[in-house]
Amino acid sequence: MKPAAFRYHAPKTVDEAVALLAEVAPLDGRVLAGGQSLVPTMAFRLAKPAHLVDINGVEALDRLAVTNGKLVIGACVRHATFHRPVCHGPLGQLLSEVVRHIAHYPIRNRGTFCGSLANADPASEWALVLAALDGEVVAKSVQGERVIAASEFFKGIMTTALRDDELLVKAQLPLLAPDTRCGFYEFNRRAGDFALAAALAAYRLEDGKIVEPRLALGGVESTPRRIAEAEGVLAGAEPSDKVFRAAAAAAAAAVDPLEDSVNSAEFRRDLVLAVARRALERAAA
Amino acid sequence: MNAGPQRPPWIGQSVERLEDPPLVAGRGEFAGDINFPHQLHMRIVRSAHAHGRIVAIDATAARALPGVFAVWTAANVGDVPPIDFREGSIPALDPYRQPVLATGIVRYVGEPVAAVFADDPYIAEDAADLVALEIEELPPLLDVQAAPEEFSPGHPTEAALIRQGYGDVGAVFRSAPHVVALELAIGRHSGVPLETRGVIGRYDASRGILELHGAAKVPHRNQELLSRMLKIPPSAVHVYESHVGGGFGIRGEIYPEDVLVCVAARTFKRPVKWIEDRREHLIAANHSRQQVHKIRAAVDVAGTILAIDDEYFHDQGAYIRTHAMRVVHMTAGILPGPYRVPAYRAVGHFRLTNKTPAATYRAPGRYETTFVRERLVDAIAAQLGIDRIDVRRRNAITPDELPYKRPLEALGENIYMDTGDYVGLLDKQFASIDWPALKAEVNKRRAAGELIGIGVAMYLEKSGLGPTDGVRISVDTSGMVEVVTGGASLGQGFETVMAQVAADALGVDYRKCRVIHGQTDRIAFGIGAHASRATVMTASATHIAALNLRKKALDVAAELLQAAPEALDIVDGEVVRNDRAGGASISLGEIAQNLAPGKKTLGGREPGLSAEGWFKVDHQVYPYGNHIAVVRVDEETGGVAVERYFIAYDIGRAINPALVKAQIVGGYAQGLGGALSEEFIYNERGDPLAVTFADYLLPAVHETPAPEVLLREDYTTPRNPLGIKGGGESGITGVGAAIASAIDDAIGIPGAVTQLPVTPQRLKAILAQRKRQQ
Ligand SMILES: Cc1cc2nc3c(=O)[nH]c(=O)nc-3n(C[C@H](O)[C@H](O)[C@H](O)COP(=O)(O)OP(=O)(O)OC[C@H]3O[C@@H](n4cnc5c(N)ncnc54)[C@H](O)[C@@H]3O)c2cc1C
Repeated sequence: MKPAAFRYHAPKTVDEAVALLAEVAPLDGRVLAGGQSLVPTMAFRLAKPAHLVDINGVEALDRLAVTNGKLVIGACVRHATFHRPVCHGPLGQLLSEVVRHIAHYPIRNRGTFCGSLANADPASEWALVLAALDGEVVAKSVQGERVIAASEFFKGIMTTALRDDELLVKAQLPLLAPDTRCGFYEFNRRAGDFALAAALAAYRLEDGKIVEPRLALGGVESTPRRIAEAEGVLAGAEPSDKVFRAAAAAAAAAVDPLEDSVNSAEFRRDLVLAVARRALERAAA
Repeated sequence: MNAGPQRPPWIGQSVERLEDPPLVAGRGEFAGDINFPHQLHMRIVRSAHAHGRIVAIDATAARALPGVFAVWTAANVGDVPPIDFREGSIPALDPYRQPVLATGIVRYVGEPVAAVFADDPYIAEDAADLVALEIEELPPLLDVQAAPEEFSPGHPTEAALIRQGYGDVGAVFRSAPHVVALELAIGRHSGVPLETRGVIGRYDASRGILELHGAAKVPHRNQELLSRMLKIPPSAVHVYESHVGGGFGIRGEIYPEDVLVCVAARTFKRPVKWIEDRREHLIAANHSRQQVHKIRAAVDVAGTILAIDDEYFHDQGAYIRTHAMRVVHMTAGILPGPYRVPAYRAVGHFRLTNKTPAATYRAPGRYETTFVRERLVDAIAAQLGIDRIDVRRRNAITPDELPYKRPLEALGENIYMDTGDYVGLLDKQFASIDWPALKAEVNKRRAAGELIGIGVAMYLEKSGLGPTDGVRISVDTSGMVEVVTGGASLGQGFETVMAQVAADALGVDYRKCRVIHGQTDRIAFGIGAHASRATVMTASATHIAALNLRKKALDVAAELLQAAPEALDIVDGEVVRNDRAGGASISLGEIAQNLAPGKKTLGGREPGLSAEGWFKVDHQVYPYGNHIAVVRVDEETGGVAVERYFIAYDIGRAINPALVKAQIVGGYAQGLGGALSEEFIYNERGDPLAVTFADYLLPAVHETPAPEVLLREDYTTPRNPLGIKGGGESGITGVGAAIASAIDDAIGIPGAVTQLPVTPQRLKAILAQRKRQQ
């Protein structure tokens, strides 16, 4: 449980950080954000990065702002920031609901929103939020900046579209229309654990009918994603137990669940029925 | 009588713990806090294979790393024997003992193969990564019910067949009106103290003494064992207990690492420190519990048990460790619990597999058998259509049958239940929780569609393992009392309890008593803290020693105060007249001054105000209790939420009720882990899959609602002077049984739960099967 030796860098600006990354990324250098995923992996020696570029002292990365209809979340914004709604309307509410499911208080005080995205655990709640709401991330390297849509960002279990020399400088979530209804539900074996399955639902009602439905799943497949088959069931329908069950069934039928030595694919598929319906019920409540 | 107000006795009060000030101020000293100049740090290289032949070990690169002092393999410790059983050689089992470093064959993932010694723990771990093991894989044996194989030439993996029983079981079954049969499995789990193991070996060349620091549980036993294994006189080995962050039976046994730090310290003439990490802990420290039982009961039409026949398979893991057959043997002895069982047969297969070795964990044999027995009783009720509480009432041994001798053994002695009223305690518990109202509420919610249920388990504990304990008490010239015991403290409040007992007998404030434990250089004998024995045995010895000291103090005071000893009492450390107020008095400190060597007052007495006391028992004591669980099942996810939990326990006499309750609550939390979430699982190659706290799921605060504890002191025991029964394990014993019973009740399928832990996956499978059958 003692990490292997590494060199530690503490840049002060984003430019310094990306310059350092350009230099050390080829030598197995990594960004250190909240450290809540990286440090345990290093302690187990599952990761032995030769260099760490600590971004905690980089100015302006802790910024959180609403700009052009988007909530912009800097790389050093901690999970705990979201305990209270960070913006008006349903988005702030949703994030404050979701954050309570991420790990435990001390971890939330340190871990970052963007670190969770970069880490790309299939069950990351923030990754699910990004996928469900079609958010985007901004990646920067010495070669410049690029914006990556959620649907392009998550590539597989703990793999993303980020290049080794890129710093994820911020994530952006679209603000939700004031009448958007959101619901989140996850199942895990202990409070604070990574979910075995999680669902996020959002929709609006027009004339009593569901419009702009979003139903996304996390922890079920290798990456979180919206499930078009379920959204198809919801679109235009009146919310009801029957519709929610049908949407959940469509979601369960559409997924290709992860399997591990403890949790079979069938068990996870079964859980989708529960979490998808319950997320929808919460949205309707 | 003395005119001053009489202080209520310390015994029975929930006084504050003497242990807490240093702990809450961060001044505790745990193994990790102990350092010696010039110490080396040890890191163990462990097998990554469940079973294999060691072809080669290449430590060249590791040895070349700057800061590395040495790398050892089995060849370097050829003169060190395998780890002995605590009680000495058992020829039939000796071939199954664990070598301190794997010799030729590796038998489980995590087995120590090499040891690296370096200047700091980082370098040691770097170097350990560089040790190249070439291992030729052999097929692992993982299923305890599979046909036994060869462990080593001439020694099958079934190391022993345990038989206990009485009566003509076969005849009873042939004529019994009903036979109820079950197959039940308890999962592999264990005690997981928050402080992992840690030991520091030190050789004091100036005195020729080998020291082991960081010991726990049974320091004196470990002193003996090390002395035997390393062939040095016991007086040249000293073992020191420091603060211990939880033990639960698994911590404090002698493991390969303990022997290695001692041998290395002696060889290198440098202190050697080893601190276990969490991953190591989960694969290297003792596992426990894994058993499969095929049990049958013969019953009459009213549900009266006529006979029990049990065949069980005990998954010992890769080696037989210090406890030898303790758990597997006790399993057979304790299974009948609080019930009358006219004929009984238990046959236990003690089998080795390629998993981490197993041994005792809090309530060994009882957690397992309470699950099995109470499942059986529930099944009898279900099969015969009788209320499950009625079946228990019918079969429980009654107060007028006590003391009750059962021709079975646990821990080397016959089971001989002392005092109690098993059904009476159940009735008291029912009254305290308003059982009819609880049932009505649960029924109402169930009728409304919730899967909610109640589970009940009765159990018999055993505690106070003898045979003997001795304590030496002395009072210094300031009046401070020192109680030196061979006991041990794992954090349970041992010091406070001993101080309370000594204080009452001596007439001093309990805060005036300093309690020493776990130091082999302070007292020659001791059996430590295990088997819920500390308060029964060590407190009894403390009581006797304190009375002896009191006698000596009064004897001297009588001479000095010119009064008859009977006319004297000790109040707040002062010897005073008990027949009139005021007058001359003398403090215990002054008496100690008068007993210094060379003092005239000494006369023919031994110098010093001190005394010893010894307590001996022939039999353990058998406390008992009941657990009642209310759980809610989430049909869609298979999740189980414990809503309420009730524990009733008769401890005979509670020296410090708050500490007893804390023991019960802590045990209960661990019991929930074994019932619902904690499991050391292996894949088909024998790789352990629960190697971090992300996979080995300890229940946390959300999963563990506070239990409601009914602590009774109705039936003291005549087997010790204070009437104490033990309580260290009572909170855990019934949890698996009660939770299983509650889940059955919630889902409306009697006998549904046959395996612990009841994970969501397993419960979903049970529910799916129900759906198919509907
Ligand atoms: C006990 C425990 C329980 C947990 N439970 C949950 C849970 O339920 N849900 C959940 O979502 N998470 C959980 N986590 C993980 C936690 O949320 C982490 O904080 C998060 O996954 C990573 O964020 P971090 O800031 O700590 O990143 P770090 O640990 O510092 O980094 C993680 C990885 O991302 C990379 N990285 C981080 N930031 C950037 C960046 N700006 N640009 C490029 N690369 C970057 C790092 O190089 C590293 O590879 C848990 C953690 C623990 C210890």
